[in-house]
Amino acid sequence: MIPLLARRFAGLIVTLVVVSLLIFAVMDLLPGDPASIMLGTSATPETLAALRHSLGLDQPLLMRYGQWLAGVLSGDLGNSLTYGVPVAGLIVERLVVTLPLALMAIVLSVAIALPLGVLAASRRGGVFDVIATLFSQISIAVPAFWVALLLIILFSTMLGLMPAGGFPGWSAGLKPALQALIMPAVALAMPQAGVLTRVARSAVLDTMHEDFARTAVAKGLSRSAVLWRHIVPNALIPILTMIGLQFTFLVAGAVLVENVFNLPGLGRLALQALSQRDIIVMQDVVLFFAGLVIVMNFIVDLSYLAIDPRMRKAA
Amino acid sequence: MIKLSFAPSARFARRLSLSAALSASLVMMAMTPAEAAKTTLNLGMSVEPTGLDPTIAAPVAIGQVTWQNVFEGLVTIDQAGKIQPQLAKSWEISPDGLTYTFKLQTGVKFHDGEVFDAASAKFSLDRARGADSVNPQKRFFASIASIDTPDAETLVLHLSAPTGSLIYWLGWPASVMVAPKTAADDKTTPIGTGPFKFASWAKGDKVELARNADYWNKGAAAKLDKVTFRFIADPQAQAAALKSGDLDAFPEFAAPELMSSFDGDARLVTRIGNTELKVVAGMNTAKKPFDDKRVRQALMMAIDRKTVIDGAWSGLGTPIGSHYTPNDPGYQDMTNVLPYDVEKAKALLAEAGYPNGFIFTIKSPQMAYAPRSAQVMQAMFAEIGVTMNIEPTEFPAKWVQDVMKDRNFDMTIVAHAEPLDIDIYARDPYYFNYKNPAFNALMKKAQETADPAAQNAIYGEAQKILAEDVPALYLFVMPKLGVWDKKLKGLWENEPIPSNVLSGVSWDE
Repeated sequence: MIPLLARRFAGLIVTLVVVSLLIFAVMDLLPGDPASIMLGTSATPETLAALRHSLGLDQPLLMRYGQWLAGVLSGDLGNSLTYGVPVAGLIVERLVVTLPLALMAIVLSVAIALPLGVLAASRRGGVFDVIATLFSQISIAVPAFWVALLLIILFSTMLGLMPAGGFPGWSAGLKPALQALIMPAVALAMPQAGVLTRVARSAVLDTMHEDFARTAVAKGLSRSAVLWRHIVPNALIPILTMIGLQFTFLVAGAVLVENVFNLPGLGRLALQALSQRDIIVMQDVVLFFAGLVIVMNFIVDLSYLAIDPRMRKAA
Repeated sequence: MIKLSFAPSARFARRLSLSAALSASLVMMAMTPAEAAKTTLNLGMSVEPTGLDPTIAAPVAIGQVTWQNVFEGLVTIDQAGKIQPQLAKSWEISPDGLTYTFKLQTGVKFHDGEVFDAASAKFSLDRARGADSVNPQKRFFASIASIDTPDAETLVLHLSAPTGSLIYWLGWPASVMVAPKTAADDKTTPIGTGPFKFASWAKGDKVELARNADYWNKGAAAKLDKVTFRFIADPQAQAAALKSGDLDAFPEFAAPELMSSFDGDARLVTRIGNTELKVVAGMNTAKKPFDDKRVRQALMMAIDRKTVIDGAWSGLGTPIGSHYTPNDPGYQDMTNVLPYDVEKAKALLAEAGYPNGFIFTIKSPQMAYAPRSAQVMQAMFAEIGVTMNIEPTEFPAKWVQDVMKDRNFDMTIVAHAEPLDIDIYARDPYYFNYKNPAFNALMKKAQETADPAAQNAIYGEAQKILAEDVPALYLFVMPKLGVWDKKLKGLWENEPIPSNVLSGVSWDE
């Protein structure tokens, strides 16, 4: 087991380095220069040169990459070109919004999808199955930002029950902060729940036909006992894989919902940095996303080992 | 035989009245702070500024937060677009137009207690014009040859050439006064002399300003205790925040098509004012077929500006015929120089050698007005046999690169935000590649006089040249779409300079 973990970990580091190189190369290929964006349409060539120099943009590419990498390794992510403050602080400020939001969405999504998918599979073809299929189809088809708008119209504009957007900060107290996150979390969770319902349903259906399930039924165990004690635990691997994928997707993909709810999250930071060509922020954020995906995959792998004894042996 | 039992119902009534009284007093308690004259303001903006120092970066959002609120200039520009004294109480211009002597206000302090005087004024201007300057409007200060400070209240600028617009330019956000000790940090913690002090900035969310209790100008002191600028990019989210009461005001609402959704709202008013935002479709006049004036004229005559405004901006906007807005001094209506006339447009095209039209591409930024205008124009050009392809071009990054820097484009469309910037057509290099010695001579002449009447006459001639020569298709001036609480007083309805001046803003009791 230890060698497996070590191999995984080494792979993780190599992937991150490759990703960092890729990010740097891609950023350099993007059209647009942060300095000319900052100075606007009246900038003279010498002003532009002065700014490029003060931002360090006039140095050769490899040197900038080396400086950035050295900085990242020593924990210094550099300063945002446009905001002028350390990027690490910016990312942390955004994470306290995005991470809880993604967590809430994933919890909601699992809470809806798991029972729905399992029950749909166990009553295959029945009314419940039809409802579950309908739910998953609709929630996959309807874009999250549209759900977000509907929620705002209903609960904020018409009923006045919820804030229409923005984030008061955790310092404002748990309740207002959670209140600001609940509608975005629902909007984010809906399509995820739809996908997860399908995955759960088909995973349970697949497992149902395995020998052990038939044996359990033959032994005379009750339907629900077979379902919850034997089938569901064995169907968990594809479901967990999906949840792992979804979590990284939620953290990185919340851009639209963060925009609609005006949440100062990581997705919006990335979007803004992109439009301003704030290269340093983009590099750091993309590296963070990449790291997150890699780490999540690592965690999902570990959880396989925890769930399935066969895998532990194989390792 | 109805048995009446009074006791429980009396108890019930008592309990009811008690709870009614309790809840009423609770409601009153909850209301008291809100009903007592409100002194805070939540104001929405579409774009978050990148940094808070307007003297080192161009985005207008910077000035919209800090200009006149945190930072002040030697002079300022008022609601009517007129120059007014500010940190300079008066000035004299020598007859040859080469020496400007400013008398400065006394007793002015920056928010950190540092004194504002001639030395800090000199520092600010030297910083803006110096070799290391990254001031986005560095060209404003190009004619300043040297600066003297004979005493703490006197600032003397010696110019190398007469610069008739200098005083106006000194009223711009890029020309505000900064303090020598703190200037380097103004990007994140701005320190100025204005009626509001910077309080905090939650990046991606809001900037908070607080009243400056020690403001030097008692007559223009802030009435609000606290102002929160909140940044909301999505127009639907902007509307929701206004309707739900999360925001008190959105001075520049981003979506004209949603303006009517505020009709009938008991709490909000909508105000449609003027801006300096000129939506023009600039052409690369160095490139065929746009190097031929007749082609440009034909394209202009193929456009019905009213229809463009209807299609692009819900009918809210003013047609223009030149690079000038109705609120600029010396404005002349040039929309009839090349009016909508399809037949004439076709004839002009044939005369220029394109009887069957031609094909070209417009680089259209993603801001809503651009693709919408381009689509309407596309249909109109088709009427005269011209095929226009629309190429979405990311703004600012790709647009600045392709259009401004490389000048690799046929036509583009963009709203020029800077006030009185007709001189961009005399700039070389500039994206239109427009070269007209007669026009350049006019721009030079305009700087040689500081007399407003003479300047207006010159700008009149300049407008005429552009209206006939059309280096850009002049479409419309964007309106300022203001939405705010009925009880809010003092917000600017017009926008002679991109700003949110808040010193005169207060709540009606």
